[in-house]
Amino acid sequence: MQQHEADRHADIREPVIELRGVSCYYDTFRAVREVSLSVARRQITALIGPSGCGKSTLIRTMNRMNDLVPTYRTEGSILFEGQDLYAGSVDPVAVRRRIGMVFQKPNPFPKTVYENVAFGARINGYTGSMDELVERSLRRAALWDDVKDKLKQSGMALSGGQQQRLCIARTIAVEPDVILMDEPCSALDPRSTLQIEELMAELKRDYTIVIVTHNMQQAARASDTTIFMTMGDDRAGYVVETGPTIEIFTNPRDRLTEDYVSGRFG
Amino acid sequence: MSTIAPVAGPVPRFEPAVMRRKLSGTVFYGACLAAIGLLLLALVALLVDVFVRAAPWLDVDFLTGVPSSRPARAGIFPALVGTFEIGVIVGLLTFPIGVAAAIYLAEYASDSRVNRLLQTNISNLAGVPSIIYGILGLALFVRALAFGPTILAAALTLSLLILPVVIIASIEALKAVPQAQREGAYALGATRWQMVSRSILPAAAPGIMTGIILAMARAIGEAAPLILIGAFTFVTFLPNPLEGQYTVLPIQIYGWAQRPQADFQGISAAAIVVILVLMLVLNALALVVRARLSRHIQW
Repeated sequence: MQQHEADRHADIREPVIELRGVSCYYDTFRAVREVSLSVARRQITALIGPSGCGKSTLIRTMNRMNDLVPTYRTEGSILFEGQDLYAGSVDPVAVRRRIGMVFQKPNPFPKTVYENVAFGARINGYTGSMDELVERSLRRAALWDDVKDKLKQSGMALSGGQQQRLCIARTIAVEPDVILMDEPCSALDPRSTLQIEELMAELKRDYTIVIVTHNMQQAARASDTTIFMTMGDDRAGYVVETGPTIEIFTNPRDRLTEDYVSGRFG
Repeated sequence: MSTIAPVAGPVPRFEPAVMRRKLSGTVFYGACLAAIGLLLLALVALLVDVFVRAAPWLDVDFLTGVPSSRPARAGIFPALVGTFEIGVIVGLLTFPIGVAAAIYLAEYASDSRVNRLLQTNISNLAGVPSIIYGILGLALFVRALAFGPTILAAALTLSLLILPVVIIASIEALKAVPQAQREGAYALGATRWQMVSRSILPAAAPGIMTGIILAMARAIGEAAPLILIGAFTFVTFLPNPLEGQYTVLPIQIYGWAQRPQADFQGISAAAIVVILVLMLVLNALALVVRARLSRHIQW
């Protein structure tokens, strides 16, 4: 909890996550080229671009999920609260508690709804009241009313949109600073998508959110900052332009950006 | 369509012949039914024969009595106890060793040449005839380690026999858990062991438990390796696992079935019924355990 206190005192203008000259490699193949960007505190930053341009690779770099791929390595520096995320002394397990992730296809555990939310808290040694934590997390994920009578039922028996909100609930149960979302709505119907977007608007009061989306309208609706990436001729992704969402969509500086947001490609 | 160039020569037509095509399907379906019917017929004939022979001999005295040279007084209690004791020891040994080996191979070992070779070898061991394990058990447990022809040696031998099967079944169960489950656990800040023990193992439990129960059912039905390592066919007392003579149900059946007298054939059939019921119970247990453990799983 100490980190949250530090967070409140930190300069709100200092970025939570910063990438400087980051390139991502799978063996010798460079998937992402020389990306520099910063993620602002308690805002929603959207990463948009055509399929295959490295958005998922980039976001998974931010919580060291790519460590799970044996052939993966990064160059450049990735800073979290000013500290090198990939320093030798940093334990990825500790990183992932503070930078959580919600995946494209909802992946609740085959356990009860209650145990799904409690899972993260248990493995991180939570000492408080579990009942209270579960209820609090489900309320903040706008799921409590749907499941309050069904806490002992299987988490996998919920609908797609509910499952994704359950995944969000279990992520916020460990009190992260940042929530990374890798196309969280692409497997959901439009109504559930809207519910999640409304949820995100509320969550950004407490958490910094980075969302990868191939849905431009979603980025335009829901985000504060937008980063546009595309794939170069060498099949490596790179950042074309970043800026406030309003500007990216109404007055982009780069020709490529304009083509993409007006639907001429992608 | 109007831009397609005309074909030279007569225009090819279709000759659907639907009735003829459906006929071959019907014929194949009939052949499959006939195969199943034949199999069921043979099975039912076998069961009926056994039950008819066993019926006059199957009573409580049979289950609680000891073998005797007079069939009317013979019972299978020592054999039941021997089977039970061996079953328990085999279960206690193969469960931790088999599951731990499977977890290592499925979750921790890298995908190197050596490890793949190791897994292939374990698969091959699962197909080795059981009598070879009998020879191994005789040389290793009975003689080299001087356990002698005891229940302990028998249980160790049978454990070696079913260990490859348990490992393979457990590996399959672990690999069947989707990768998304591992990512979900990691993303919440789990260590590798926490991910394996709290997320993957519970999800793989139905497959693992089914594998163990079925493997144990096989182990307690084995006779050949136990003959080699010194199980007796005439044991009238309850065996001490660490010393002395013992017998098990399959061996008892073997001993009685060898006698020409019709009465011995009768009690042999009765013992066969008992072992069949035991197998049925174990298989049913496997189904129940699987259903209970997989009640939340929907993938």
